[in-house]
Parts: sequence; C-alpha cells; structure tokens
Amino acid sequence: MSGAATLEAALASGLSTEEFRQIGALLGRPPNPTELGMFSAMWSEHCSYKSSRRHLARFPTESPRVIEGPGENAGAVDIGHGLAAVFKVESHNHPTFIEPFQGAATGVGGILRDIFTMGARPVALMNSLRFGPLSVPKNRALFTGAVAGIANYGNSMGIPTVGGEVFFEDCYSLNPLVNAFALGIAPADRIFRARADAPGSPVWCVGSKTGRDGIHGASMASAAFDEEAEAKRPTVQVGDPFLEKLLMEACLELMRGDALIAVQDMGAAGLTCSTSEVASRGGAGVEIDLDRVAQRETGMNAYEIMLSESQERMLLVVRSGREAEVTRIFDKWDLDAAPIGRVSGDGLLRVRHQGQVAAEVPCRALTDDAPAFDRPAARPSWWPCPEVTPADLTEPTDWNAAIRELAGSPELASRRFVYEQYDHMVRSDTVVRPGGDAGVVRIKGRELGIAMTLDGNGRYTARDPRRGGALAVAEACRNLAAVGATPVGATNCLNFGNPERPEIMWEFTEAIAGMTEALDALAVPITGGNVSFYNETEGQNIFPTPVVGVVGVLDDATRRIAQHFAAASDLLFLAGPGGGDALGASAFLKEHHGRTDGRPPKPDLDAEVRLGAFLRAAGAAGLAASARDLSEGGLAAAAIESLFAPDGSRLGAELELECADRLEGPLFGEGPARALLSVRPGDAEALAGLAAREGVPLAEVGAVGGDALRIRVNGSPAVSLDLEGLADTFRNSLGRMALA
Amino acid sequence: MARFAVLVFPGTNCEGDVHHAIETVTGQPAELVWHKEGSLDGFDAAVVPGGFAHGDYLRAGGLARFSPVMEPLIRMAESGRAVAGICNGFQILQEAGLLPGAMLRNESLSYVCRDVRLRVEANSSPLTCGLEPGATLRMPVGHAEGNFRADDDVLEALEADEQVIFRYCDDGGEASDAANPNGSRNNIAGVRNARGNVAALMPHPDRAYEEALGGVDGRRLFESLHRFTES
Repeated sequence: MSGAATLEAALASGLSTEEFRQIGALLGRPPNPTELGMFSAMWSEHCSYKSSRRHLARFPTESPRVIEGPGENAGAVDIGHGLAAVFKVESHNHPTFIEPFQGAATGVGGILRDIFTMGARPVALMNSLRFGPLSVPKNRALFTGAVAGIANYGNSMGIPTVGGEVFFEDCYSLNPLVNAFALGIAPADRIFRARADAPGSPVWCVGSKTGRDGIHGASMASAAFDEEAEAKRPTVQVGDPFLEKLLMEACLELMRGDALIAVQDMGAAGLTCSTSEVASRGGAGVEIDLDRVAQRETGMNAYEIMLSESQERMLLVVRSGREAEVTRIFDKWDLDAAPIGRVSGDGLLRVRHQGQVAAEVPCRALTDDAPAFDRPAARPSWWPCPEVTPADLTEPTDWNAAIRELAGSPELASRRFVYEQYDHMVRSDTVVRPGGDAGVVRIKGRELGIAMTLDGNGRYTARDPRRGGALAVAEACRNLAAVGATPVGATNCLNFGNPERPEIMWEFTEAIAGMTEALDALAVPITGGNVSFYNETEGQNIFPTPVVGVVGVLDDATRRIAQHFAAASDLLFLAGPGGGDALGASAFLKEHHGRTDGRPPKPDLDAEVRLGAFLRAAGAAGLAASARDLSEGGLAAAAIESLFAPDGSRLGAELELECADRLEGPLFGEGPARALLSVRPGDAEALAGLAAREGVPLAEVGAVGGDALRIRVNGSPAVSLDLEGLADTFRNSLGRMALA
Repeated sequence: MARFAVLVFPGTNCEGDVHHAIETVTGQPAELVWHKEGSLDGFDAAVVPGGFAHGDYLRAGGLARFSPVMEPLIRMAESGRAVAGICNGFQILQEAGLLPGAMLRNESLSYVCRDVRLRVEANSSPLTCGLEPGATLRMPVGHAEGNFRADDDVLEALEADEQVIFRYCDDGGEASDAANPNGSRNNIAGVRNARGNVAALMPHPDRAYEEALGGVDGRRLFESLHRFTES
C-alpha cells in the first residue's frame, strides 16, 4: 500500500480532524490516500446520514403491509394480489445546479436503479422540482434544462411520468431542487435484497464501463456551494438511458431465475459504496481486483476506480457455479459483465490493483461505524411567525383580474408545459394522467390501481416547519383520497440547508416532528427516503423543503374519481371543516401581494382522516363525478383546475358564496382537510347522507355549466371569466414564461 | 386465424402495449420477435412498435435497419403481407426505405405527449381499411421527432396517390396549424407505401384501446389490421 494520507488531505476531502482521528483508530494505522477517499465519500453526509440518522428514527415505519422498510435500496409494501409496490424518492439537487440536463437526467437513472435492484419492474415516475423565479434568464435555463433531462431519461426508459410538482421561489435561484420518484411492481415473495452473506460467492460488475466521471459526487453533494460551483461540472455524471434500459431488462431477466444472491446499484461513491454496503449488510467481507473492472479510460488509479460514479453500473453477487447464466443474459443484451472478486468471511473490503493491495478496510467501518451527530438545534429569534389576515392587506379592486392573474401565475398555472414533455402514456396503464391531484396506473389483467403523489410546500415549512411537515403529509394523503385511493406507504426527500447551523437543525427536527404526527394520525408508514442537506449557496439557505411521496391503492381502478368536471348541471359541494380562510404563506399572498410571510394554516388531522374516508366511500359508491383537494390557491384554484380536461374538453362553473366580510379568505384561503366535489343532482342526497355519517361538513357551493367561470357572492355577480380566455391563461402561461 | 409479429429492438419500449392491444382488440395471438431473429415465416402481419430502437443513436430509427430481423421484414413487405409501424416504428420503416419521407425534430424542439385528433384520409392501407375517410379519431402522441418532411415532388405524388392516410386536425376536422403537434408538412400523421400493404403513423393507437386509458379510437386501427390479414 502507498504511504499514509495527511490530515491536510483529509480536511481538503471534507472530513474533520476528529473524523480523521477516528479513521486511524478504526484501522489501527493512518489510511492511505485511496482509503482516505473511500472514507471521505462514505462518511459524507450524502452517504452516511450522519446529521439526520437519529432524527429519522422517529418516523413510523411499520404496518401489516410493509415488506421492506428503510435501509434497503427502496421500500416495499404489499398491495394485494400477491404483488408489492417498490418505491422511493431521491434528490439530485447539487448536480442539477451544476449541469441541469445531465444532473436531472441521472437523478431519474439513479432512482430507477434503486427500484429494479429490488427485482421490481418500474412502472411509474414522478418528480418534485424547485427553481428560482422565471423572470431570471439563468433560472429559465435551469428549469427547461432539468425538465428536458428528466424527459430524455424517463421517456427513453419507457416509463411514464405520471405526476409531480414544480414551484418557484427566490431562495432556489442558486440552489434548485430536483427530487425524483420511481415506483415498480414485483411479486411480493420475490423482493431482492442487497445482502452478501455467502463467502466464496463471485462478485460481478455489470453494465457500463468505469470512467473518471462523477468522482467526488457524494462529497460534492455534501457541501455548500460557492461561486466556484460551475467549475465542478466534471463531478456530474453523464447519463445513457439506452444503456440503462438494457441493464434493466438484463437484470430483470436474470432475477426471474435464482442465480443471484444480491444486487446493489452503483450510485454515489460507486464501487466503494456498493461493495461495502452489500457485504456489511450480510455481515461479510469482499475482495475485489480492480484490474478486472472494465474501464473506459486508460491509466485510472485505484482511487479513481473506487470512487468513480459512472452511471448505469450494477454489482451482482452470484451463486457459485451459476456464472454461465449471467454471461448468457448479458451477452444477449450486448452488455459488459465481468467477475471482479468474491465475498469473503473476514469482514474486510480488500482492494487489489496491479498486483498490490490498494486498500484494506473493514466494511463496517465505512458503513455502520460512520459517525452520527446530534447537532445542536436552536429555535430562531423570529419564531413564531406572525399571522397575516385580510386586515393587513389591500383588498383587490378587480376580482376578475385577480383571479385571471392567479390562474396564470407561476404558482398555480397548469404544469402542462412540463408534463407534456414527459411521456406519461407509455405502458398503456396510465388511467389518471398528470394534471390531477394524483397519478394512477392500473395493472393489466387486474382491477387494482396504484395511485401516487409528491407534495411539499417550502413556504409553509419556512414559516412553521412543524405545521409545514404535517401539512405536506396531509396534502399528499388528501390528494390520494381525491382519486379514491387508500394510502399504504410513504417515502420522503428532506431538502434542507446547512445542518451545521442550529436554526437549520431546528427546522429539520420540527419538520420531522410534524410529519411524524401526520403519518401517525393517517396511519401511513415511511418505507424509505433521502436527506439532502447543504442546500446553501453563497450563504443563502433554501426554504426547508420536505417532499413527501405517498402511494395508495384503488381496489378497483375503474372506480377512480375523475379529476375534471364531468357534466353540465352537476352540483358543486365543498367538503370539510369551516374556518378555511387562512391566508398565511398562501399562494394568493405570494402572487397577488408579493409576500411569502404569515403563518401557514393549523393542520387538522382528525378532519383529514374523516375527509379521506368520506372521499373513498364516495368514490367506491360512484357518488362523486369529480373531486379536487383544496391546497395552494384554495377554492378558486380547485375550481379552475377542474374546468379543463386533458382531452381538451372544458366545462364552465358557477360558484355561489356567502361572505360576511372580505372575499380573499373564502376564495383563496388554504385551510386544510377540504375538497371540491361535483355531483350528479340525483346523487346529492346520498352524498349528503354519506358526509353526515362520516362526520364531514358539506356545503353546496354552486353548479357545473355555462361558458365561463362565474362567482356570485351573497347573490350578486362578482366574477365572470370566459372559458376561452381563462383556458389560454391557465394552460399556456407557464410555457410562455419558461420560453420567454 | 391471423398471427401477428411484434418486433423488439434493444431500446424498444412499446412492445408490451402493442402486444396487449392486438390480443385485446382482435382476439388473435401476437408474438414478440427479438431483433436478432432471421425469419418471420408464418406471420400474417408485423408491427414495429414505438420506443428508442438502439437508443435512437445516429438518428431516430437510423441503426435499426441493420438489425437481422429487417431482412425478413423487407421480404414480408415485398410479398404483400401487412407491415405496420407506430411512432419509432414509423421512423424505422422510413429508414429502411419501406415508407417515404423522413422525420425532423418537432418544431417546438421538445418531446410532446398529449392527445391529438386525426382525420382519416384514405382507407387503402392495413391500418385504415376498416375506416371511413373523413372520420376523426383521438389518441395520444409521444415523440420528439415526428415532423414529417418530404421533397415537394415526393409530397405531391404522395397526395395524388392518396398515400397520406392520417392528418392532424382540430375538433372540427380541419387540418389547421394549431392542431399540428410537431410541424409536419401538410399535417401528415400517417402514410402508406405505393402498394398499400405497409403503413405507419406517429400517434399511438396502442395507448387508446380501452376506456380506462381515456379513449378507444385506437381499436379501429388494430381491427383494420386484422381485417387486412383476412383479405
């Protein structure tokens, strides 16, 4: 082994003095430069979760449906019919800022590998995106580049992108967020786990060749950015979706037999992470010879090969004697596949290169022995955030203009510009397309449908992280209920600033507390996820942005609730508690008044539980012609979204509101646990009976029909917007802003 | 009984959709055929489905024509049996010289996935023989390179010979600019060869064959294909 690494080298690689000392103690000697690089990557925040681990332990993770909870490549829940849904969300924020197209594309590639590594065929994608305002040209480039990258990867893989969200705030200008979600289906009794526990088993590297791209990706994602960020472009990997498509097909074909013991994808920290994790999970060691790793470039040293994050590679642990099956299947798909070593019994990761031992480290030292911090958390001085009420605001003078402006605002305009670039119909299973509250895919030959949604509101969490965390979970569950689905499991991506700042850690722990309260109340377990810290550029932290992905089941996909008004003269009902007029941190405040302050609404988890049960029962009984949850933009936004169906058809509506005081609250308030339903007149009585039984207040608020969106207040006309003009504003504004 | 072959290249991703659509709509057996196969003997029709064959490297459909299965496919076309292409399958049939024209990138320069309306222009093809000219159908498109191009004289001949089988149109059946999702010349969405046994379109009938998918108009194309094999 080459000489000992210095403390200076350790500090430069992102490790602390104390961590360098710990490494020496674990090894009984100083690490050499290759080993130091391996520790630097594995002990990075990105790989080790050292600031978050103890807090994540608070999430509920169990239910009778959970097959695989946090800790594997992805979570898995039983969805009946002998099937499991395997899903996870993961961030690719830092690479996207450096190179938006490839950064976002490889985020999709990475999350898909996590899914098929478990033996599941991916059937749906979603993504949650945050950028700075589109008035800034650089933000337009980041936004359009990231969307094109996601489209390129997901479309080429032939997996539909069925949902997601995108929001714009100043705080994301220098630190955009790209969180990618994928969901796959596997036989419930054939979930693959990444555990190598049989010494002597051959270890294979398959897929792409290893190059110098992406070295230090994990460390890069674990540091705040400065103005040098763009010089880090070589640390971003370049994706090849075609190669990943072949790799996916080859792996799934191989997994139909029993030649494999374990599979682990190579993402952050590449060979180092995949070998040490697969061995330490199984309590084993692994010995590899880097000369047998297929390389894209000449002259790569051990450090580079061990830390390369070249995409589209997998590590396989093969049953001894079954190597020919691996060769046969990878030959069919014209992919590289080579044995590079064996599982060992001594617990060590031993790396040979050019006849020498280049590194020799206990696997557990890289994984389980990574440091875990209890970083100090401190409530910031601004807490609690003051409330904002209509009395603090100038009343709009022209309500038509105010509503039209909101319908075309970055916050509320249709996301058509984004989701029409994503193939959302491939696989011919998409039964609720993007543009609704949740995406739904069916499973051919069965009645079962799987619903999914991704939700998070950074503005809420910034002003009250506990409420924001709870509301993210509540909204996601509400979105599923709005299509008639029952939530069965959740994943989360926690995007936060620099955890070394106590106020950031306070935001983090408060958000987790709020999420946990809501997950407990709604009985939804977390099965996995991802934490992205250090979303800080030039000293500016992003809004704390927890993004929650919830997966639900529809026992009969044909009983899904439609997302758009169905027929003229259907009646409109507002379901949920009164007092929903809350304007703090609302979309209306942001888009009409240009302010992001105010305390977000207080979660009402009991009401959420009742509303969910009511919506599902209404859906199953066929009593709801359409439903929309009320969230950003309140009743006005829910009504506008319901007007324009994806097939191009449109239906007007007339809302009748009673309002004793100012109109902002009733129209744009974002109080939780509410939904807007359209109902055939003949079903209204049955729906009212159901609402009474479920304890959900129900108020008739108007009817579908006409060639405009009309709103009458206390019997007098207040708003009238013709559908033609409103359709253009709502459907086309985001595209106009993005391509300006 | 008719036997349908559904070709699968590395990177093809709509083979399952086409396979399921054929079996669901026609009740006839369909088989997936890997691109390294050297024979299509025994099949009455072949469909080249959508996706990204060979990664669409070089250009969309550009490498697929070097796959071994293309030789029997070309022989199948020469023998008068039905050959159909959807989306990437259209591009592959163009690159193989079985259909006229070429595809440029969409005018928007972006991938586009949404429902479009099509007007049936001619029923002289395997995909339209059961349809009435002038009828309109709704189904999704999903492509980045569907911008149909041909030289003026080629285009003129195609139109004169009624080789254009589908045009993008609006809800009123008008082939307007607004209804054109990709900038195709003359709003062309689908064409056939001169002999009338090879045809393709960019939109996806394989995504509109059951109510659950939001439309069933695609069924009519598979019913036509089935009828063609019986004629």
